[in-house]
Amino acid sequence: MEALIEKLKEQIIKQLNLEDITPADINEEDSLFGEGLGLDSIDALELIVLLEKEYGIRIENPKDGQKIFFSIKTMAEFIQEHQKK
Amino acid sequence: MTPQITAFCHIKKNQVFLNGKSIFSAGSEVDMREFVKSAFRNTGTKYPKFFKMDDYSKLGFLAAEVLMKEVDESTIEDKSTGIVLSNNHSTLTTDQLFQDSIQSDEAFFPSPSVFVYTLPNIMAGEIAIRHHITGENAFFVSSAFDPDWHTLYINQLFESKKVSACLSGWVEMDDQSLDAFVYYVEEANDQRDESMQHTVEKLNNLYKINDK
Repeated sequence: MEALIEKLKEQIIKQLNLEDITPADINEEDSLFGEGLGLDSIDALELIVLLEKEYGIRIENPKDGQKIFFSIKTMAEFIQEHQKK
Repeated sequence: MTPQITAFCHIKKNQVFLNGKSIFSAGSEVDMREFVKSAFRNTGTKYPKFFKMDDYSKLGFLAAEVLMKEVDESTIEDKSTGIVLSNNHSTLTTDQLFQDSIQSDEAFFPSPSVFVYTLPNIMAGEIAIRHHITGENAFFVSSAFDPDWHTLYINQLFESKKVSACLSGWVEMDDQSLDAFVYYVEEANDQRDESMQHTVEKLNNLYKINDK
């Protein structure tokens, strides 16, 4: 799980062009949107693409997004549960 | 009365000029995209969204950021301030980047954050959000910077009272080079430099002032 969390942090920084942010700056339990990392709606779409591209996981129900993308940790848990690749 | 140019910024050949003076430069060996990011950091502005923009918007946003440091932004809310920009390639390199992401059936991953920048007026929108500019905005495509068109269109906006100030200019980029020339035009005022009238001749001169 630790390795997956670290990998996810790096992938998110790269995919979302979070310049000047390092993996160490991201707390795995902080919220990704709003007060936490401050991501926006376009970033949310990029995260959906990232899940499909890097992990072969397609989110069937958009309503699940809020829970899945709450934090790096919830994303990692979701990936671990559903990973196909 | 002809409106007056009150500030201008030119970015080209890895240099940033403000009102004709070089304020930032990088060696010719520095990649132009890295140069744009370095020049933006040099402005001291903290705006993480900048790094998510496409190359065209980054360049236009940087030029506007440098330019607007010369403008009293507290006056913008009270005025009808517009944005009129132009370039040659529209958003061609960003369009190609997006096309690449959907070219293959096996690797069909369209990037939402690339797609949103496949229109040149998004650049004007990013600048408008940053500087709270809510007036007329337009983006034109022409083969080269066209001072005749800029003066004709913008002076008409002033005459018809659509704007009382306008951020205008040329923001062009391709794989090899970049060229951003933006300037701020305001209503004529006795206390301003009379020689800076928004005319074709003046624009031509200012555009070429750092050519040597």
